[in-house]
Amino acid sequence: MSLALIAALPFLGALLPGLMIRAGKNACAAVTGSVTALALLLLGLNAPAVLRGEVVQTRIEWIPSLGLNANFFLDGLGLLFAGLILGIGLLIILYARFYLSKSDPMGQFYTYLMLFQGAMVGIVLSDNILLLLIFWELTSLSSFLLIGYWKHLPEGRQGARMALTVTGAGGLAMIAGMMILGNIVGSYDLSVILQNKELIQASDWYLPALILILLGCFTKSAQFPFHFWLPHAMAAPTPVSAYLHSATMVKAGLFLMARMWPVLAGTPEWFYIVATAGLVTMVMAAKIALFKDDLKALLAFSTVSHLGLITMLLGFGTVEAATVAVFHIINHATFKAALFMSAGIVDHEAHTRDLKRLGGLRTLMPITFTIATVAALSMAGIPPLNGFLSKELMLEEAYHTAWGPNPWVMGLLATIGALFSVAYSFRFIAHTFLGPVRDDYPHKPHDPGFGMWAAPAFLAVLVIVIGLMPMTASAWLVNAAASAVTGEVVTAKITHWHGLYAPALWMSVAAVGGGLMLLGGHKRLMALWNATPRPEAKAIFDAIVEPFAALSRRVTDAMHDGAMTRYVAIATLAIVAAAYYGFRTGTHAAGTRELMPVSIVPAMGWLAMVVATVAIMVFHRNRLFTLVLVGILGLMIAGTFAYFSAPDLALTQISVEVAAVMLMLLALNFLPKQTPVESSAPRRAWDLAVAGIAGIGVAALSYALMTRNFAYDSIAAYHIANAKPGGGGTNIVNVILVDFRGYDTFGEIIVLGIAALVIYALTEALLRGGPANDRLLAWKPDQKRAGDRHPMMLVVATRLILPVALMVGVFIFLRGHNLPGGGFIAGLVVSIALIMQYMASGFAWTQRRQRFDYHAIIAAGVLIAAATGIGSWLAGVPFMTTNFAYITLWPLETFEVATAAIFDLGVFLTVLGAVMLTLASLSRIAIRTGETVNTQPFDIDPSEGRTLDDLDAKGAR
Amino acid sequence: MELLLASALGLLTTAGLYLILRKRTFPVIVGLTLISYAVNVFIFISGRLVSGLPPIYNPAAAGYADPLPQALVLTAIVISFGMTAVIVMMALGAFIESGDDKVDMNDKDEAGTTK
Repeated sequence: MSLALIAALPFLGALLPGLMIRAGKNACAAVTGSVTALALLLLGLNAPAVLRGEVVQTRIEWIPSLGLNANFFLDGLGLLFAGLILGIGLLIILYARFYLSKSDPMGQFYTYLMLFQGAMVGIVLSDNILLLLIFWELTSLSSFLLIGYWKHLPEGRQGARMALTVTGAGGLAMIAGMMILGNIVGSYDLSVILQNKELIQASDWYLPALILILLGCFTKSAQFPFHFWLPHAMAAPTPVSAYLHSATMVKAGLFLMARMWPVLAGTPEWFYIVATAGLVTMVMAAKIALFKDDLKALLAFSTVSHLGLITMLLGFGTVEAATVAVFHIINHATFKAALFMSAGIVDHEAHTRDLKRLGGLRTLMPITFTIATVAALSMAGIPPLNGFLSKELMLEEAYHTAWGPNPWVMGLLATIGALFSVAYSFRFIAHTFLGPVRDDYPHKPHDPGFGMWAAPAFLAVLVIVIGLMPMTASAWLVNAAASAVTGEVVTAKITHWHGLYAPALWMSVAAVGGGLMLLGGHKRLMALWNATPRPEAKAIFDAIVEPFAALSRRVTDAMHDGAMTRYVAIATLAIVAAAYYGFRTGTHAAGTRELMPVSIVPAMGWLAMVVATVAIMVFHRNRLFTLVLVGILGLMIAGTFAYFSAPDLALTQISVEVAAVMLMLLALNFLPKQTPVESSAPRRAWDLAVAGIAGIGVAALSYALMTRNFAYDSIAAYHIANAKPGGGGTNIVNVILVDFRGYDTFGEIIVLGIAALVIYALTEALLRGGPANDRLLAWKPDQKRAGDRHPMMLVVATRLILPVALMVGVFIFLRGHNLPGGGFIAGLVVSIALIMQYMASGFAWTQRRQRFDYHAIIAAGVLIAAATGIGSWLAGVPFMTTNFAYITLWPLETFEVATAAIFDLGVFLTVLGAVMLTLASLSRIAIRTGETVNTQPFDIDPSEGRTLDDLDAKGAR
Repeated sequence: MELLLASALGLLTTAGLYLILRKRTFPVIVGLTLISYAVNVFIFISGRLVSGLPPIYNPAAAGYADPLPQALVLTAIVISFGMTAVIVMMALGAFIESGDDKVDMNDKDEAGTTK
């Protein structure tokens, strides 16, 4: 459980920042950080076992039929990466707290960050490649959100899009690769796959799988030729760059190569693809980094270069090289994250990160200078820092590796890469901090507060500690991780001095010397660089993507030209065509079911329905008349339900009909009363043809359905048999609603509540100041008002009806479990009784006597229903298991008490609240148009001497 | 009887779609209501036509109407009311906001959204 919890914690934590931001930025950061710290702690608890060489596992079956299991395992490699992700994540959370400005939405930032963190932890702990792929895609998505965090910056949006396109496309390739791999082995569990090296490498599908998986890794880890997205992703806030682009996301590709190393590595294909791509990336990116003036761009290309270095080492396919790769992953994470954060501090304080405008910050920002220098020297590979140790080992490995028949090119190019690395590292220090103090910084720089430099300082200390005592500080972790990568027991020997005759020493010396020389001649080289034409990755990328974007835009525009009538016609014809095809090609039995004889009453109902429907089509321009016809139709539908043995439906239909027609009448009050003639006769004929085809289809399908028996046994029998013994009620429909399918009903009342709230929100938006509100204020009714808007007869009658109607509601509610009725119908009946009061005496008068907020009624309904469901937990049974008992209270007969009734009460309240809120919203619009508000229940009251003439005198008519 | 019901459903669908294909909001709302009727009844008849048999448990009953589609349709009726209400409100809001009740976007609107 613990491993799944580690992966789940960041996701759960992602919910908190949005809430906690209301308590202030410190609280928000503290809560976010503590979630990460907790996950780190859980990881730490598992560490001793892993370091002993055990593999910790958590297995949860998810969808076993697909081979998809939520299996997690933790070995040395997972421990290393999870530690990096959570540890550096913690530092980033601290750093971001001080980095983000007041105007940046911090809660959002932390939410994205936690999502990303969870996805990364998920990748490194997954023991199922399908699960891993899900997390992999999640990192692409969450990093898209993080890179585009500054939505107002076009670079941010474009960079995010580019990153998503490249890594997303790679991810798709990888899915295919992983599927092939899973197919070869016959299992999607990593622990099984990793045992089957021979099987995989002997398969014909090895090469396709390798290439597809490597596409995923290379895009993610920004390897040549997919390296171009990373520098563009630097438009992200610096904490994101430090986290995603130094320590975590870009290392996901490396992680996967390391993870798959035991089964994929060791073949010539692996060597030539991986080692070559890594080598090319390392040298090329290091060269570009030297010529970047933007601090973050310099670091971005340097990251690409170092990722190339690690890729190359993994590509060598030897245990020693893989060990060095693991060691360099640790070192690179420490110094590069520190460098990014330092660059962020410089940017934050000096308001620029352009090297041409910087220099001389050494005395102004001594703390930042110290941190950045330590980290940059490590990046350059200067002894005794940790970067030196892994670089020496790397050069040694490169020296001993031949590329094809050529024994020295690998070593030479590796040295050149290291040489560039020295040059840009020194340039980073020299051009930012050294040199004379300038007086034209955009902002007077000084060291930031402790909170901001604490995180990079901690990393710089690590750089030194690992550098000085590599065996004590890091060898245990390197051994554990490298053993996990290679599947052999690795005991790394990391020393500063390999002897005078070690080739790496002289390669290092050459690199440092050459690097310093390059820096010396930087100005002239820069001029040369600027004069040479070179391909611009963004332009190429845009040129490739643009045709696709244009194509999809053309298709979209052609299909969606803004005319809904067109969409509906297209959709209708498509559906009919698909259904027809399905019917023609599918198999179906002949219609042998006995037909029901026609009797006179239903035939009359049918006639009424046909007449009303045709009349609607002919007279639909007269809107009021249309509503009357709709009322007839509703009544006939209710009759249909009643005739065909569905009393519950008939009751529901008839009460819904009343509410719906009232609603449409209220709306029609504001809408035009006539529909103008707009379509030409051919157009109408065409529309009729489209509608007619669909109608014929529906009629044919209905007839076919009704004349055939069930192809399989209906599950209705189960419900009929168990309604009474299991649900305690004899009204099977109601028992299904509140018991068998109570969960569905619960969802449905929530939907209904949301619909009512949407209507309320729409009304609020209309009534807020704006053109709609102005138009309402200047509203001129287009019809004459009634003389007596609140007739006494109606008022008195509705008052008399109210208690009766309420009692009917209670009656229908109570009997619902056993006879037709229930919460839905009772809610509608009571709503109608209340609406009648509104109609009789006006909205404002009635509203004043209404003591409960409709929102509260909806909420109470949903909460009561939920509480009933949760109540089952107390009894130790699953959610929404109902219970019932029979009670005898003298002098009553024995009656039943069921928890389902409480659930039904929730349904009742939600329906009531939703209907009332909807109609009340419409009434509020009416009041805004200047409808007079009455203070009396009715306008004409002979007992008080108020007459029609008084109304005229007051001008209320 | 089956034929009567099937033809009524077909006619309801035809009228509903025809009204949805009109260019003003009000006919569209009415059309949607008609289609909701047709769909609800269609789901209902998937339990096949039964007359005079209760969906109420009774040991003496000769048989039962299929209660399952009935339960589904009951909530569907209420939900389609909620949906109609939302659409009515959207139509009303659009009319008050823009001053006309046309359904289709005109060229000017479209230029603003796709470019």
